Amino acid sequence: MADVNQGNRPLSPHLQAYRLPLNAKLSILHRITGVAMGFSGVLIVWYFLALATGPEYFETASAVLTSWFGDIVFFLSICALWLHFANGVRHLIWDTGSHFGQKTVNRSALIGIGFAVVMVIVTIIVG
Amino acid sequence: MRYQTDRARVEGLGSAKQGTGHFWEQRISAIALLFLVPLFVFPFAYNLGDGYEAVRAAYAHPVNAIIAIAFFLTAFLHLFQGVQVVVEDYVHGRAGMVIIIATRLLCTLFALVGVYAVIRISLGA
Repeated sequence: MADVNQGNRPLSPHLQAYRLPLNAKLSILHRITGVAMGFSGVLIVWYFLALATGPEYFETASAVLTSWFGDIVFFLSICALWLHFANGVRHLIWDTGSHFGQKTVNRSALIGIGFAVVMVIVTIIVG
Repeated sequence: MRYQTDRARVEGLGSAKQGTGHFWEQRISAIALLFLVPLFVFPFAYNLGDGYEAVRAAYAHPVNAIIAIAFFLTAFLHLFQGVQVVVEDYVHGRAGMVIIIATRLLCTLFALVGVYAVIRISLGA
């Protein structure tokens, strides 16, 4: 095989040549959202520490979390949260050995995204 | 040819010597978070933006306080478990080990700070 010209073909699945299916994109997003929410968690702990410390410190923390910066962070956080939540449920179902297969997986991906969108809206209404 | 029996191989729990332990623990914390996330996030979102006295009173209530403590402990455990899997996949050797140790220490620290804060709020100190 050494004299076969392999050419300059992309390896599959090459990220620049291969369009990832929805499920693969969700898989990557699951990891990114999971790690990213660590920063939201630290912010929330800081907010609680300020609440435990006293009124002045709390006003500072509360002002940061309700500023435009805080709004953006928390909006992204609840998007990440509910997407990770919905995708996590899919993973737990897969762990039982069921609901595999191309069509089923695509359908549960869409259901998961729909659930996440609804929950983001509900969270915004509550907040 | 391997002279080891299948059973002997399995009893060694694989090269990581933990078997499915980490996987199983991560599922448990995930299932706990199915309940704790809604229970924590909705009251938190509802109270965010309110004044000191109101938020303080909300988390002085035993139900909210216990939910918040359970959430901090479970969420930071699950965060560490997830980060460990990601790091094991993408970062190898000494660097990966250092990140895993640092993440574990930081997750433990933040969980404890959160628990400390809620207890202090709840007991009114």
